[in-house]
Amino acid sequence: MDGFLSTPVGILAITVAQTLALLVPVLIAVAYLTLAERKVLAAMQMRKGPNVVGPFGLLQPFADAGKMLMKETIIPSGSSRLLFIMAPMLTFLLAMIAWAVIPVQDGWAIADINVGILYLFAISSLGVYGIIIAGWASNSKYAFLGALRSAAQMVSYEVSMGFVIVTVILCVGSQNLSDIVRAQENVWFFIPLFPMFIIFFVSTLAETNRAPFDLPEGESELVAGFFVEYSSMSFALFFLGEYANMILMSALTTILFLGGWHPPIHAEPFTWIPGFVWFALKICLCLFVFIWVRATFPRYRYDQLMRLGWKVFLPFSLLWLVITAAVLKLTGWLPA
Amino acid sequence: MITAAAFYIFAFVLIAAATMVVTSRNPVHSVLFLILAFFNAAALMLIAGAEFLAMILVIVYVGAVAVLFLFVVMMLDIDFARLREGFQRYLPIGGVVGLILLLELALVIGTWTTATEASDLRLAPNPGGGVSNTKALGQILYTDYVYLFQIAGLVLLVAMIGAIVLTHRRRPGTKRQDVAAQIARSGSVNLEQVPTGVGIGELGIRRPTLPEAPKPKQVEHADHHGGHH
Repeated sequence: MDGFLSTPVGILAITVAQTLALLVPVLIAVAYLTLAERKVLAAMQMRKGPNVVGPFGLLQPFADAGKMLMKETIIPSGSSRLLFIMAPMLTFLLAMIAWAVIPVQDGWAIADINVGILYLFAISSLGVYGIIIAGWASNSKYAFLGALRSAAQMVSYEVSMGFVIVTVILCVGSQNLSDIVRAQENVWFFIPLFPMFIIFFVSTLAETNRAPFDLPEGESELVAGFFVEYSSMSFALFFLGEYANMILMSALTTILFLGGWHPPIHAEPFTWIPGFVWFALKICLCLFVFIWVRATFPRYRYDQLMRLGWKVFLPFSLLWLVITAAVLKLTGWLPA
Repeated sequence: MITAAAFYIFAFVLIAAATMVVTSRNPVHSVLFLILAFFNAAALMLIAGAEFLAMILVIVYVGAVAVLFLFVVMMLDIDFARLREGFQRYLPIGGVVGLILLLELALVIGTWTTATEASDLRLAPNPGGGVSNTKALGQILYTDYVYLFQIAGLVLLVAMIGAIVLTHRRRPGTKRQDVAAQIARSGSVNLEQVPTGVGIGELGIRRPTLPEAPKPKQVEHADHHGGHH
């Protein structure tokens, strides 16, 4: 048995099993996030939310998926066919492959690579292509406007996100995601780097096109933004990709600032719960805030969005990076 | 074996994509092929062990530069028929220019000699001794050649300032939002804790009285009263 597992076929089999063990829970989480969002929004607006399909509406996501599958796939005649079909696939694919480096528990990452954080940053910066290709390939004014907005928005907020990540890397001395979590064993980074935590979280909202930064799909002016022309499964893929991205960004926030798999206190009742459960709980907390923000804030105007990104977050994160570097150097805390 | 196969696959796709960049008719497709080429180049760097460079290539070129590229190209309105109009007429002179450039390149590359130690340095992104690729790059950029690096940064800064100075102008008569002034205005933001489930009117919270709206001008049509269509 041991001999088989070290052959190329064995390694492949193990990787496939690991991937399934990670992606199946992620996909189920995506399905239930859609339900959770509707339930939480309903509770915040004093409604009941979906409660008909199954007990407490628990089967609603599957009913929705079934409905999506039954619908007709419409490809507009003026569209660029191949790109039109490729765009939702790309969005979904990118949301999935990023999970390869996420350490769910100590040593549980599928690929524990040295530059894990850069890999995640690279994948998240590619997310814009799904949107921009969809907008262009649809050959529709609304979709194109949504795509252009999204491209400008995502590029803007990536800059300050990059500075936040550099600050965290400075404090850790490694780009490996597991090392980043291990460095937070005693104190989670959201305490010493609190302003950066806020900036990062707001930037993830912009990066995932969530309210109050959901201008690319602003339904009041662009109908549905970049996916107006999509229907059926291709629409569902966009939808799932967006929610998977939300979970991914919450996982990233958890790893960078909320101590990953570490319990809040390394003491008896907390250490009984395994690390991946803590990880999942922290992701749920972030996701709740995502939904809470959506229920609370009105949508930004486009110039305000750009101002916040370039004139507030960028200078502030740059300044905080310099301050962090100086403090680390002067106090001698700089990791080797 | 697997590494070699991966290398040939990525290298082949890279060259094919690069060819498609210059031959495809639609500029948007060209940019998309360029992105594919960047990707495969990053994969080749990964195979060589230069993991940091591979990721930076994807982040900077694919994630930012190519997005802006695509952005511009998508909004261009190019008439392909007009572009191809003078193709026959300009072919001879273009061919001659191309031939001269090719000859010059051949002359330069023909006299190319490599240092004897260079082959050891080639494809060695990790200096060994457990030092990672990222650390090695940092050592070179920020320790060994720190002044040159700073000067390069300074040149870029000057270029950036120049671009802003050349293009930025304040047009008179435009209204800009001054967020600080808005928030500093007294009484502009009132936060009140209200119990949920009760109407604001029942709680007796007075809304700020709005300035009286200008009345729409009454159009006099005395003789058409009651004549709604």
